[in-house]
Amino acid sequence: MLAESLFFSAVLFVIGVVGVLTRRNAIIIFMCVELMLNAVNLAFVAFAQVYGVAGQVFVFFVMTVAAAEAAVGLAIIIALFRHKPTVNLQQINLLKG
Amino acid sequence: MPKGDFPLFYTFHFYLFGIVAVVSALLFVTRKSPVAAALWLVNTMFCLAALYVLLDAQFIGAIQVLVYAGAIMVVFLFVIMLLNLGHPSELADARGTGWKVAALAVGVVLLAEVFTLTRARLPESRALPPGFIAQEIAREGAIAPIARPLFTEYLLAFELTSILLLAAIVGAVVLGRRRQDAG
Repeated sequence: MLAESLFFSAVLFVIGVVGVLTRRNAIIIFMCVELMLNAVNLAFVAFAQVYGVAGQVFVFFVMTVAAAEAAVGLAIIIALFRHKPTVNLQQINLLKG
Repeated sequence: MPKGDFPLFYTFHFYLFGIVAVVSALLFVTRKSPVAAALWLVNTMFCLAALYVLLDAQFIGAIQVLVYAGAIMVVFLFVIMLLNLGHPSELADARGTGWKVAALAVGVVLLAEVFTLTRARLPESRALPPGFIAQEIAREGAIAPIARPLFTEYLLAFELTSILLLAAIVGAVVLGRRRQDAG
């Protein structure tokens, strides 16, 4: 099932990339990044089945980094929203407001 | 995982969860409302958890449901509702045609690259015998085979992860704090 898993992983990753490129809502872009991380996790798990359990340990670390990233990223979005009430990235265009 | 060729039951469920995951992901990137998008993403994550279980990673599947679908997505939904998104002016957020064409081109290039890579020969000398991990899990449970390398070979990475989480907690608290005296 390695080839099928890698296929699904690639398709999910591409959907995530297309989502990041075509949306402007900061939270949706964040969720697309999470989707890409999930796609990579699927590839790790598929390889772990063939080449040993170290891949699953890596998935563990990827999930930790994703959790940290979600916490900090959402805090940044809330701080931005407090400054200017929008999550549309096109309207967040000033380094100094 | 059974050895050799797969029974129809296994293959059917593998494709079922894979296709549902891809369809949910497509619905996720095309929804306008952030709440609907988040719920479709949760669906994708549940399907991925099922795929992990089918790929002999039961512990990772459980963690996927608990951490990703349970914790991270709840935080996302919490922020969406806290910011009260979904106002009509917020909804039309898709970029223009130029961006869509560019995204399509990037997607096609990435997919082509991946399909080229699938033709590459994987190193067979390092591959485990089929069903090796399933036997290991049957012998000593789902957690022990992951815990052993995590606390021996990857102990340094594990400790660094705890520092990363501490930094993330401090960063989130500092960023989320209301400024009272700062000018």
